[in-house]
Amino acid sequence: MRLRTLVLREIFERKSQLLTSFLAILLGITVIVSIKNISYYSEKAVAREMDSLGANVLVLPKSSTLQDYYAADMQGDTIPEEYVTQLAMSDLAGLDNLSPKLSMPVELQGKTFTLTGILPKSEFQAKAAWSGAGIFSRPVGCGASVGMMGSEDKKTLARKRVIETLEDNEVLVGADVATKLGVKEADKLDVLGKVFSVTAVLPQTGTVDDSRIFAHLHVVQDLSKKGSVINAIEVIGCCQEISKGLVEKINHLLPDAKVVTITQIADAQIKINRMMSNLSLMFLVIIIFVGGASIANYMYANVFERRREIGTLMALGANSGLVLRIFLLKALILGVAGGIGGYVLGTILAVILGPKLAGVIVFPMPLLALLAVGISVALALVASYFPARRAARLDPCATFQEV
Amino acid sequence: MLKMENVSKTYRHRGQTVTALNGANAEIPEGDFVSVVGPSGSGKSTLLLMLGGMLSPSGGRVLLDDQSLYDLNSDDRAFLRKQKIGFVFQTFNLVPYLSAIENVQVPLYLVGKDHSSQQTRAEELLARVGLSDRMHHKPCELSVGQQQRVALARMLANDPTVILADEPTGNLDPETSQQVIDFLAEVNAEGRTVVMVTHDPRAAERARRILRLDRGAIVSEKPGREARHAAA
Repeated sequence: MRLRTLVLREIFERKSQLLTSFLAILLGITVIVSIKNISYYSEKAVAREMDSLGANVLVLPKSSTLQDYYAADMQGDTIPEEYVTQLAMSDLAGLDNLSPKLSMPVELQGKTFTLTGILPKSEFQAKAAWSGAGIFSRPVGCGASVGMMGSEDKKTLARKRVIETLEDNEVLVGADVATKLGVKEADKLDVLGKVFSVTAVLPQTGTVDDSRIFAHLHVVQDLSKKGSVINAIEVIGCCQEISKGLVEKINHLLPDAKVVTITQIADAQIKINRMMSNLSLMFLVIIIFVGGASIANYMYANVFERRREIGTLMALGANSGLVLRIFLLKALILGVAGGIGGYVLGTILAVILGPKLAGVIVFPMPLLALLAVGISVALALVASYFPARRAARLDPCATFQEV
Repeated sequence: MLKMENVSKTYRHRGQTVTALNGANAEIPEGDFVSVVGPSGSGKSTLLLMLGGMLSPSGGRVLLDDQSLYDLNSDDRAFLRKQKIGFVFQTFNLVPYLSAIENVQVPLYLVGKDHSSQQTRAEELLARVGLSDRMHHKPCELSVGQQQRVALARMLANDPTVILADEPTGNLDPETSQQVIDFLAEVNAEGRTVVMVTHDPRAAERARRILRLDRGAIVSEKPGREARHAAA
């Protein structure tokens, strides 16, 4: 006989009574862990976006909403491709690069991917109308496109959002597409009846770009049969010029489009993250009240139900400290089990729901296990302390029928 | 030796004062076997609780081996209980989720015996009460007689000098009652002091002395059947 034997035997004997309290604490911790886990990776994604994209600008249809920078072109509405020409022909300072996009869903081997049409930089340069007045005649060094000049590595599309050249029969595939379809560089890929050659497999980015197939814009326009339209124009703008009101100037130039900076999108994401953080705090408060009340209620009932047993232990020589330890050890076990279970469930939920809810890939965070177990144990111990103290102060006379 | 000196106990119940014990005096020498009888509510169990250090008197003193029990704090009394006193209850009071052997191990755990010593001693005691083949059964898997035998084994776990029995035959059939009383007589013969509260006149007669309680006071004392035979 050991203290833990005494406690564990009782727990397993009356496990159905403990279930409600266990579920209350388990679900509370699950929600806290999953929210914390998702918001951590979401914040990280925002930071990464900000880091890699600098002060980019998006030109979108008026009706589009600002949720995910990477998915901004996947909302169905379109703007004329002519907007690209208007921007390129304009005398706006600070436009370092343009990347128009048209996206459409495609089904390959029973799985849905996004076929995204992009216009390689070589085409801008080839258009005589853009020469001289166009953006590429400007001196380099202002914005983020500098690194692209002369770059032949198509994989830089994953980070720089701009590609130098892309032939009509070429596609670039995202990391997830390559994995799911089992394709690699130089393989052939049949998309909507047209056979493409896979020029490159893009590195993992943790964004929806991983599920995209990039082809030439005009090829995608032909396949979609939508005409000369696009869903979005990504603009690599010069930071100083953006701060000097580039967005307002583009808005003036293209009044029927919505112009936003990545900062605004990041702000929206930050707001979502803040909301999730507040939500997590709210759940913490709820779990403290609901979970704590449930545990305390269960413990009081348990003490009442076991008063004869406690009296017997006292008659056999158990002191009040031992009785207190019996109940607190039970609370500790409940807290540890709830914390570990909540961490595991919360992590699984976060990994599954993270990409769907926040558009980010979520990995388990072992550090959250400490937080989960810490909260759970502290809650169980605090909620059980007063019932345990009541047990320790029970009158051993309860053991006897007649007093 | 157990001694009660002018012990009284009063309760407040629904605004009224109830006297459970009223100036009770008793001396129970080492190795004695005493039955305490009396009508319900006469204070029998109160007396037993006080002798066991579990209920402090309103007045008077209770002494165990010249130590005034209620001059000690509750933890010290608990320590004294586990060292010197064995309890047996009318409803056996076995821990329902522990097996027979684990129930017997509880008092041994309380005095700090290691697991193998607990195991050996509990097996020995269960063999003594004839339950070697039921050691791993839970109370609900045992008959009432077997449950009381487990309680008797538990009572002896720490080799107590004093046995306090509260209606030990109250829930048993006559044959099992006889076995329990025989067992108490046996442990008394080993030199242990036995104080037994009972309603059963036949069980009471097995003691050396019978104390009769009425309205909280010891109103009479007479020798048990065997003591009378011995005297004759």
